[in-house]
Amino acid sequence: MDWMRRLLVFAALAAALPAAAQDKFIVVASTTSTEQSGLFGYLLPIFQKKTSIQVRVVALGTGQALDLARRGDADVVFVHARSAEKKFLAEGHGVKRFPVMYNDFVLIGPKADPAKVAGGKDIVEALKKVKSAQAPFVSRGDRSGTHIAELELWTLAGIDIAREKGRWYRDTGQGMGPALNTAAAMNAYILSDRGTWIAFKNRGELGIDVQGDPRLFNQYGVMLVNPDKHPNVKKELGQAFVDWVISPEGQQAIAEYKIGGEQLFFPNANQPGA
Amino acid sequence: MSEAFGTALRLLADLDPKLVEIVLLSLGVSLMAVAIATLLGLPLGAAIAVGRFPGRRTLIVILNALMGLPPVVVGLVIYLLLSRAGPLGALGILFTPAAMVIAQTVLILPIVAALSRQAIEDAWREYDEQLRSLGAGRVQAALTLLWDTRFSLLTTVLAGFGRAAAEVGAVMIVGGNIDGVTRVMTTTIALETSKGDLPLALGLGIILIAIILAVNAAAYLTKELAQRRYG
Amino acid sequence: MKNGSLLPLRLHDVSFAAGGRTIIDGISLEIEAGRSTIILGANGAGKSVLMRLMHGLLAPTSGRVEWSAPERAGAPRKQAMVFQRPVMLRRSARANVGYALKIAGVPKSRRATQVREALDGVGLAHLARRSARVLSGGEQQRLALARAWALHPEVLFLDEPTASLDPSATREIEAVIRAFDAAGTKIVMATHNLGQARRLGDDIVFLDRGRLVERSPVDQFFSKPQSAQAAAFIKGELPWIG
Repeated sequence: MDWMRRLLVFAALAAALPAAAQDKFIVVASTTSTEQSGLFGYLLPIFQKKTSIQVRVVALGTGQALDLARRGDADVVFVHARSAEKKFLAEGHGVKRFPVMYNDFVLIGPKADPAKVAGGKDIVEALKKVKSAQAPFVSRGDRSGTHIAELELWTLAGIDIAREKGRWYRDTGQGMGPALNTAAAMNAYILSDRGTWIAFKNRGELGIDVQGDPRLFNQYGVMLVNPDKHPNVKKELGQAFVDWVISPEGQQAIAEYKIGGEQLFFPNANQPGA
Repeated sequence: MSEAFGTALRLLADLDPKLVEIVLLSLGVSLMAVAIATLLGLPLGAAIAVGRFPGRRTLIVILNALMGLPPVVVGLVIYLLLSRAGPLGALGILFTPAAMVIAQTVLILPIVAALSRQAIEDAWREYDEQLRSLGAGRVQAALTLLWDTRFSLLTTVLAGFGRAAAEVGAVMIVGGNIDGVTRVMTTTIALETSKGDLPLALGLGIILIAIILAVNAAAYLTKELAQRRYG
Repeated sequence: MKNGSLLPLRLHDVSFAAGGRTIIDGISLEIEAGRSTIILGANGAGKSVLMRLMHGLLAPTSGRVEWSAPERAGAPRKQAMVFQRPVMLRRSARANVGYALKIAGVPKSRRATQVREALDGVGLAHLARRSARVLSGGEQQRLALARAWALHPEVLFLDEPTASLDPSATREIEAVIRAFDAAGTKIVMATHNLGQARRLGDDIVFLDRGRLVERSPVDQFFSKPQSAQAAAFIKGELPWIG
């Protein structure tokens, strides 16, 4: 049984290695779009080098991320759905919300463009056209920031999408990447954040149809999870992260992140009312 | 497809440190889970095989059924247990490799116990009278059978490892797929697929399949060798 | 009789039923030390079951099996059994013998010598390290006898030990059994082979359909069988006798 003993030692070492690597760490619950755009891959090493704090990001949809924090399983939340964030604060789970940055959503569509919305600047009109053309439309359906934004846009268009959707509306319950995969496979329209779209490689025949409408703004906020309600929260380390992200240094790092020369996120921590 | 193979070969040739880290973590987590499941599962299987107690047959049926536990359900249950809001939250091991080891151990323990029970019970039928004739008590018999069926048991252990290395549902939920901490091969494949980076995902998938093939080949060769040498 | 001797073994009206069938029907008999006893009968007469009842592998459904010195649970056994098909562990020949000694509580330091003696006694010393399960049928059965020999049992049960073997292997096994007998071990052997019964037995216990039909010394049994069933059995096997 000597081989068994050696195996256990090896396995214990291997499993312990990453955990032992960092004494100071925080868990940040964030969204799949932030993770998959590669922003964290760029940002976090800078923060870690400065503070020796390892940031462990668990990437879920906004709704799931906030739920995770409600159970006390995260120290900081970094999501993009202002209404959901305000509710989170009102429930007492967060300390204070700070705006961090914004990017925008874009309406992606197939080259064939059955709803004839390409090149438009009015997202509400475009959605109305998609519905009347009954063109295939993929929704994330997962209570993410993107999903919440999509629902709010349907409401602005005067459409009660929950009641009026037909077979053209595909509610997938997936993250941004998988939903884009589905849209590419179905040649459907889909609302996506620009960051994920730029980093997305499996585009098929899809392209950007509508952009630039101010209603497509996607605001990100960061909150420290309330240590009074969740005593295990690492409040000093978590606060250090929050402070850095809205500091001039953090904001500049965000602005410097580019894919293919294009900036994805626009820092606006100083913007009142964001 | 050929792009995927090319990517896979390039990844291996370059020995990209991120890739190495991911593969080592995958192996570490699954091997640790297999080790614990074996330590607990083999004696359990042996005890059920040679023991006689009320409800034994029901227990066997349940154990066999648990082999088919969906990984994502196991992940969910372990998450609820380890969450700060859950009973074991104070341990603080959610989103660490330890949680992944626990989830995978729970997943493969029934496999090790059920299959070893079967192997040992089959052997027990052959050896029962002879061992009792020699005066071996139940515990002694169980230990003797464990050693005698060691080659079948090795195959069982390797089957458990294969199951652990291939699953994604459990480790994704309890590990959180955190870059550099709890990202393993299967969760990376899921991530890269969702990012649309299919060649990379496929490349990783090929590496994973190669590992599992190697494990299965080892199991088969062990059995062959044992048969020829020991009969 | 020695103090603490297992023998004589007494069966008091022992019956055994399984699956609704009566396999052993009210057998009473006494087995003493000394002469080797052959349990004789046709296939299905109940020989194997009777052997197992005596050895303690089966419990009678009614009646009693009584040894003169009751065996304590957990103590080393003073009786051994060799089955029709030898059952060997996946280890070397010598390890199989050593295993039996370990169960019997023989300290490790003494085991190696006793194992070697036992293997020498049956002529298997040259195969000591070979894996037991790859040996031939005859070699495995000799190994089973070596394993039993190492335990120095008072009583040795043999359940049709040569039924699966060819004539030359059979001869070798019979030689070992005679050696056991000469060394003072009580032999109780089941067989349906009349020639073997004559060669090895002193005392015949004849079974027919689960009942003890006749019991007599070997010469008397073959020359002047008392019961019709015994006579028929002998005639059936060796039609040129009487």
